[in-house]
This record gives sequence, structure tokens and C-alpha cells, in this order.
Amino acid sequence: MREITYRQALNEALAEEIERDSNVFLMGEEVAEYNGAYKVSQGLLDRFGPTRIIDTPISENGFAGLGIGAAMVGLRPIVEFMTFSFSLVAFDQIVNNAPNMLTMSGGQFNIPITFRGPNGPAHQLGATHSHATECLYANIPGLKVCTPATPRDAKGLLKTAVRDNNPVIVLECELFYSHKGPVEPPDEELLIPLGEAEIKREGGDVTIICYAQTVPMALAAAETLTEEGINAEVFDLRSIRPLDERAVLESVSKTHRVVIAEQDRPFCGIGSEIAYRIQNQIFDELDASILRIAQEDVPMPYNERLEKAVLPSADKLIAAVRKVCYA
Amino acid sequence: MQQSEQRDEVEMLAMMLLIRRFEERASQQYQAQKIGGFCHLYIGQEAVVTGAVAATRPDDYIITAYRDHAHALARGTSADACMAELFGKVTGCSRGLGGSMHFFDRKNHMYGGHAIVGAHVPLAAGIAFAAKYRKEDRVTLCFFGDGAINQGSFHEALNLSALFRLPVIFICENNLFAMGTSVKRSTSLKQIVDRAEGYDIPGEIVDGMNFREVRDKLSEVIESIRKDSHPAFVEIRTYRYRGHSMSDPASYRTKDELEKFRLDDPITRLRAQLTREEKLTNEQFDQMDKRAKETALASVKFAERSAEPPLENLYNYTYVNGASA
Repeated sequence: MREITYRQALNEALAEEIERDSNVFLMGEEVAEYNGAYKVSQGLLDRFGPTRIIDTPISENGFAGLGIGAAMVGLRPIVEFMTFSFSLVAFDQIVNNAPNMLTMSGGQFNIPITFRGPNGPAHQLGATHSHATECLYANIPGLKVCTPATPRDAKGLLKTAVRDNNPVIVLECELFYSHKGPVEPPDEELLIPLGEAEIKREGGDVTIICYAQTVPMALAAAETLTEEGINAEVFDLRSIRPLDERAVLESVSKTHRVVIAEQDRPFCGIGSEIAYRIQNQIFDELDASILRIAQEDVPMPYNERLEKAVLPSADKLIAAVRKVCYA
Repeated sequence: MQQSEQRDEVEMLAMMLLIRRFEERASQQYQAQKIGGFCHLYIGQEAVVTGAVAATRPDDYIITAYRDHAHALARGTSADACMAELFGKVTGCSRGLGGSMHFFDRKNHMYGGHAIVGAHVPLAAGIAFAAKYRKEDRVTLCFFGDGAINQGSFHEALNLSALFRLPVIFICENNLFAMGTSVKRSTSLKQIVDRAEGYDIPGEIVDGMNFREVRDKLSEVIESIRKDSHPAFVEIRTYRYRGHSMSDPASYRTKDELEKFRLDDPITRLRAQLTREEKLTNEQFDQMDKRAKETALASVKFAERSAEPPLENLYNYTYVNGASA
């Protein structure tokens, strides 16, 4: 299979969906003439013109709301946030308007909108620009949240998100835009269902539940652990909401040991939810306490050494795996 | 033409009466604890939405804030569906899931009922964006109170609408108070309409107690927008006779102020105009008022005998199934 970058994969997904459906358009800061702050929308203005690829002022609350309004009458906007740290400016629109409309209107108005953009800590961007937002958004009934970690998942999940009739948040990894990986050729339709996890590496001794930035970290950790005779299963959630609970329980029932590797902060985190569900449903399958690694519970420091200390890492993950394996 | 205009005005007067009688019933039912949550009444402001609706086509879009009962009624939602919504019944215009502040009626292009102050103004821009995107000549009417004009979402929506030349009318129903805070204490401008100037959007001030002035001014604005898509701003000066919500005794204003506006009542005013022009007899008016009262009372009966939303459907409206073709 051909290899393309995560950025190219997203670009193909956008182009294919905009081409396919005249109701789909892309809107956001610098998406058109600048070709995207991270070049994800490179070439789309030239190809589709300014009615489909729309530059906005720096006005997240305004254009997120505009997108939701357009979705109320059946358009299918893709709203790009330059980073999801900036989506917090539009929090009221994303949390109060998009997911509530269907219920508040007694089922009359669904909101087929996609919010997408880079999410999670990048490198030394400081506290305001380093937010991982998946816990915040996954908390809201009515929203769907996915977190692609590979080029293939990025393309397949984004295309599915655009076609979904609900508001979907596609959280991309800023650090992965240049990562390469195998993706089906453009003439093959690639759709990956929301709520379907993927085992990125099979193993029988321990399940590492990960997503987004912690996926390559887990794969690297798993390689190191083989040298110690531990065969880890790397379980990529891919979607946070809906959550593929059945697949989680299946994997854990096989390995009986779990470490959850999160890119977000630990308090009220995704790992807490998953750990709860595991112990609630298959308590007897567990041979060890569930461990979690996540960010340290502090605002992100700028200093490189401190930032590294805050972030989850392969070393922290390996230590946790050893602990649950009593190694 | 003359004939149909007369009929329209009499019909719109009947609508104003229905709105008032409906709201009076809602007030009574709220006090009887048949209606929960917050309940904001429109009494005194009836000429604003009826005048505006009289200027629209049925396929134009309407969106408003939480003082929304009248907007649904004026758009053609039945009094039954409105009262049932207040009662939280499944026969309500939002199936009992929205409540007083979240009336929706897709069929009549009433796009809500939005309860976070100012948060629906960008939605209006989006609806207008969709009309322009599809090359339709439909206009979006976005109603909000004087309290909304200091929210960021309001300003962002005005800027975007001007930038993209969207076919939307921002209608500020200036009733002088944002909850209990007077415009003088909330807004740095001498007149609200000047907000529009900052975005190069044409603005007008309209007397909201005068149905004809509202209708005529909005007809002009709508005609201009249909010819060449652009946003517009209308400050409609009006007054609510009741408090901000049912729980508000409105002690922040004087009895004299209230009396002054009551003397200029929009229903009395249109009635007097029509009577003077011999288009309406006292008898006809009394008949219309009687019908409005009966419709409002019947809506209470309808709401009372309607069913609650079924508990087993609790999870049915969180997500909609399916995907686009």
C-alpha cells in the first residue's frame, strides 16, 4: 500500500468529501488563501473556490456558531480550529448549541457539523496552547469525539465524521502531521466507523489502552517490553465517544492486565471512565490493579525539561506495565 | 390589494390578542405550578413580532431568544402545541423536551427558542449563510433583547454577517431592561442602533408599540435584502409589562413608567387605527378577543389531557441515526 503523511491523508479526506457533497464546505482561520496554518487544506481553495473554502476572521465563537446555524438548515460544515486550545473560545457554541439542539427541539433539528483541528500538547507552547480537550468534549452527550493516531485513521475517521448527522469532533495530533503511514489508494473509499477501536499490535500479557499521541508511544514501549518477555497488546481507542467498550472488555479478558495511557490530564479523565467500566463488568478477569499514565495535574510549563516531566512517556508507560505484570 | 391589506391587519390584530391571552393563561398556569422552570412573558411587545412576521414570506427564517412564545404563535405554531410545551407534554412544539425557552417549529421555519443570551446570533448568521450558499432569496430574522448586544457572540456575528454580506436582519427588541439592568447601566452607547454602524451595517429605529411602523419598516428592509443580499439592524423600542420572568416583581422600575407604556398599548393602538378607518367595529373586536380567550383556555385543556413524553424514549434524541448519502 502507498504511504502518505497524516497531513495528506486529512487533505484527501477533505477534498473527497467536498467533491462528493455540495453541502460540505470548509471554514476557519487561514484555511483558504494561506492554505491552512498546518497546510492541511493545501490546494483546496484553488480546487474548490472561495464559496467552499472560506477564510474567517479570528472569531472562533462567531464562526463555530455560524457553522451550527448553517447545519440547522442542512449544510454540512467542516469547521477548522487552528488548534483546539482555541476551541475553548467557542465552548458555548460547541457544548451548548451543537449537541443540545436535537433534544431541545424534540428531534426536529440535528446538527451535521464537523469540528476539526490539532489537539493536545505539541512542543513548548506553554499552558494556553497545549490543551488536550478530549475529556472536556467527551463529557457532553450529543457530541462524538474521535482521535486518529495514524494517517489511515485520520482519513477514514474524518470522512465518516463529515457524513455523520451529528456534531463530531475530530481531534488531530499536531505532532503527527508529518508522520507517514499506509493508506488505501484514493480510488478506494475509506470510511472508518466512529466507535470502533483497533488493536494496533496483538499481545497476550497486558493491554495498553491508548489513543492519539500515546499510540506510537505504546507501540515503542511494547517493542522494548518484548526484550523483557512481556508481550503487550496495543489497543487504540480511535474514538473516545462512542467508546468501543465491547472491544476493551474483550482485550482485557484475554490479557487480564491493563495500563491506560492518556494524553490528557488525569483528573476526571478518560482512563477513570474506562477503569470503572472494566472493574464494574469484568472484575474477576483482572489479575492486577488497573494503572493509568497521563499528564501531571498542572498547567503546562514552557520549560522543556518540565514539559517533558508533565507529559506521559514511554518510560512512564513501561514502568506501569512492569508494575501490573509484577515484573 | 387594499382589501387584503385590511384583512391582514385585522388578522394580525387577532394574532396580537391571541399572544396576549395565551401569555395571560401561561402566567396563571405557572402560578398554579402547572408550568415549571423559567417562564418569560411577552405581554406589551406583541406588535414587534407580529409586525415583523407580517413583513415576511412564510419561508423566511425566524430565530429568537428565550422570550419566544409569541414568535412561535406568530409563525403559525398552534396555541395547543405551545401550551403543551410549557406543560412539558409530548404534544408540545418541542415534544416537551425544550420548555418555555426552547420552542422550535421546523415546519413553520421557527428555528428556536435559544436561552443563552446572544448565543443564537451566530446561528442566525449561519442560517442566512446557508440561504446565500444555496442562492435562495430567503431572509433570516434574528430577534434578541437589549441584553444581548454586549455579548461577544453578538459582535462576532455582526462582523461575520457584514463581511460575508449575509441576508439577515438583526432585530433588537429593546424593552429597556436586561433582566433588571437598564440599558443605561449596561450599554455605553446613547442608542443601541449605533452598534450596527461599527460594522457598517445599516440601522433603523422603530416604534415597537406601533404594528404598522414595524411592518412597514421591516418590509422595506426585507425588500432591499432580497434585491441584494446584506445584513441590516433594526432597534425596535418596546416595553414588557411583566417582570423579566415570572419570578421577577420588576421593582427596578416605577409604576409611572409602566403606566406610560400601557397607555401606548400596541393592541389598543392598532385597534384604534382600524376603528378610526372603519375597518373594524367594536363588536368584531370583542368577538376576536373572545375567540383568543377561548383558544388560550382550550390550549390549557389540551395540555392537561396530553401525555408526558415516554420515559423509554429518554435516549432517543441525544443522537440522530444515520449518515448523509
